[in-house]
Amino acid sequence: MTPTSLNTQAPFRPLFWRKTQDVLLGLFSLISIIIAVGGMGWILWTVLSHGAHVIDWQFLTAPSKPYGEIGAGIANALLGTLAITGAATLISVPPAIAAGIYLAEFGKQSRLANVLRFSANVMMGLPSIIVGLFVYVIIVIPTGNFSGFAGTVALAVIMFPVMMRTTEDMLAMVPDTLRESALALGMSRCRATLSIVARAARNGLVTGVLLSLARVSGETAPLLFTAMFADTWPTGYFTKPTANLPVLISEYTMNSPFEEMHAAGWGAALVIAGLILALNIATRCIFRDRKH
Amino acid sequence: MNNQRIKISARNLNFYYGDHQALFENNLEIPANSITAVIGPSGCGKSTHLRIYNRIFELYRNQRATGEVLLDGKNILDPDVDLLKLRRRVGMIFQKPTPFPMSIFDNVAYPLRLHYNLSRSEIADRVEQALQGASIWDEVKDKLKSSGLALSGGQQQRLCIARALAAEPEVLLMDEPTSAIDPVATLKIEELVLELKSRFTIVIVTHNMQQASRISDFTSFFYKGQIIETGPTAQIFTAPANKKTEEYITGRFG
Amino acid sequence: MQQTDTIFRTTCLLCASLVGLLMLGIFIQLGMHSADTWSRFGLSFLWTQDWDPAADLYGAWPNIAGTLLTTAIALLIAIPLSFVAALFVTEAPGWLAKPLSHCIDLLAAIPSVIYGMWGLFVLVPLLQEHVQPFLVDELRLTELPGGTWLLGEGYSGFGFFTAGIILSLMILPYMSAIMRDVFRMTPPMLRESAYGLGCTRWETTRDVIMRYGIRGLLGGIFIGMGRALGETMAVLFVIGNMMDLPAGLFSSGTTIAATLACNFAEADGLQLSALFALGLILLLMSFSIQVAAQYYLHLTRGARGER
Repeated sequence: MTPTSLNTQAPFRPLFWRKTQDVLLGLFSLISIIIAVGGMGWILWTVLSHGAHVIDWQFLTAPSKPYGEIGAGIANALLGTLAITGAATLISVPPAIAAGIYLAEFGKQSRLANVLRFSANVMMGLPSIIVGLFVYVIIVIPTGNFSGFAGTVALAVIMFPVMMRTTEDMLAMVPDTLRESALALGMSRCRATLSIVARAARNGLVTGVLLSLARVSGETAPLLFTAMFADTWPTGYFTKPTANLPVLISEYTMNSPFEEMHAAGWGAALVIAGLILALNIATRCIFRDRKH
Repeated sequence: MNNQRIKISARNLNFYYGDHQALFENNLEIPANSITAVIGPSGCGKSTHLRIYNRIFELYRNQRATGEVLLDGKNILDPDVDLLKLRRRVGMIFQKPTPFPMSIFDNVAYPLRLHYNLSRSEIADRVEQALQGASIWDEVKDKLKSSGLALSGGQQQRLCIARALAAEPEVLLMDEPTSAIDPVATLKIEELVLELKSRFTIVIVTHNMQQASRISDFTSFFYKGQIIETGPTAQIFTAPANKKTEEYITGRFG
Repeated sequence: MQQTDTIFRTTCLLCASLVGLLMLGIFIQLGMHSADTWSRFGLSFLWTQDWDPAADLYGAWPNIAGTLLTTAIALLIAIPLSFVAALFVTEAPGWLAKPLSHCIDLLAAIPSVIYGMWGLFVLVPLLQEHVQPFLVDELRLTELPGGTWLLGEGYSGFGFFTAGIILSLMILPYMSAIMRDVFRMTPPMLRESAYGLGCTRWETTRDVIMRYGIRGLLGGIFIGMGRALGETMAVLFVIGNMMDLPAGLFSSGTTIAATLACNFAEADGLQLSALFALGLILLLMSFSIQVAAQYYLHLTRGARGER
């Protein structure tokens, strides 16, 4: 051991540059936060300032009409969106919860469960327009027409893996002691699980359902060639193209040269953004004790 | 004790976690080139006290200390003190080994590259010296390129000691360095600490009283955030002045 | 009782299998409906440039190139931004970090069609009237070598760069949420030992936290990449929708998703099959990226507290 040479002092690196880097990092992260939050504020402000003056009673209650006719609104699209997303929730949530139960309670670390969990994760990241193509093939082609129902199926396919994984995560948060005590009381596995689910459902599952509902209700791409759009009330939900807000917005703003339609598009954007953000914020406020 | 230079001197030290006060008016003098053991039941504030010496507690927003800690006569709690320089001078070893996710060589070279302008060969020399200083050179000299995480727990801890040595500190703070390590490896680390005494001032927090009596020159007993008694280790363990100290070292609580 | 349990268990298993079936179904259906294209053009479909419905000649290269370019631009902007934003949120005091986290999360909740509108009505005019003239006339970047390729002739405001900006804003929340988790999973003692050696915050982050969480960070980047790759509406509004190869950062073009959204409703015959082939290409691209993302995230799942 030769400790002597260790004690000879080596030349120090100047602290100035090291500290400057640190300050620059701080500045940069402040800037990026400003960009993120400012970007959100800017987008919301744009929607609000362009859309607010369009919205009145008639806008919300009258159906959309071809360009030029007076007294047009977005009520049919609003109703269509509610129907399409509501039905998607009804179709996808029960089997998704059952699937989540399988992953959390029965499958755990089995190879099949791992494969399915992996598939769900991968599917959550697949582009929504691909789901649109898929549903076009399995619903629109066989039935021979675009329909609100096809849109519903597309959104349900998108919601399914999200809800499945949410259910699994929420069930995993319920302590094992609860499971064991339920089984020890002599309950069947089925009843024990359902009581645990009910407990988890009080917060986590409702939050999950509402958040994924909020997420799909703004989805446009999968509706483009499933539900499409129509200037009529959504009476032909199973047989005809069905009006909905996201596609209305894209039709009115991207594919139209007319100022009035742009304005109506902004109004519709404000309505849908307001609904989605309200749903998000309300969910987060009411069910505060979530994981994050 | 009187003829030894005082390296660190804590004066009227108080510490708060938010509104909760964890240390009360601590006064402690730590002589240079000696081993001072800090003992006490868990939760008594001994780690908290140690973490003031390199101001590592400042990473956490709600923690604050009042009072003075004089290092060579300069108060390190003074806001003007440069934290990077302070932490180079006061190295720290933690309860669990914390090798960085890089090779063994890079782990030890890291503080060198951080603080000093050195050529490649100088770095290699100093890494070797630091590893020798931590008595681990013979075990790792053939696998310097492999990951530090691949070593055993005791080796990882000695690697961390080598890393701390490479920064050329004056003080080594050890926060229960052997609590996660098996008995044989613990003995090796204790031997190492005894060797290091000639070059560094060492403060070691331990819950293991045999360890304190084996290696330390001075012992300080903490209880509920207060320093009950400090003195030469032999005296503390054979003739404690305070009744609490006696109860603790005879194993009646803690 | 035993029987209900069996039924219950089987039902759950069947529902869970649905996700696998859906996945398989998507691959099979897209494969079947694009079969014509593959048999007609073979793999050369991938690198052919024509898109001529009149002559029934189709090639995917402009779409693929456009998809890759917009994704690359989006990632170049979003990776550093989301990294430091996540850092900021991790280090900020609680009263600030919480609302900031929520703000970033809400950014992910805004529908993509609204991003598209904002791009079309705000970002495009801004780039066209201010940014591009400034770059060309004030900074004279076109006179630098490669400047013309970068900036193109004339300024429309539409194009790959605009799409990339919007995409970066859209993927930022997803990436920074994952990176935030990665930063939080670093053992406190490891962080402390870096600071204890005398590291600055930046040195600790770069040399210890980043190395420790590199797999999680990669997973987050892949997640963002997957989003950018398949995003349709936001891109559709601002890309310019020209079936051209990228001629520069500011040139108009298209991506796979935008082409699908634009042409699908009117297509039939071989063109429809070619569109399905594009869909299959997009599916394979994002599938492999998702697999990579899940692989890296899986490796760090335990450490991030996800069991």
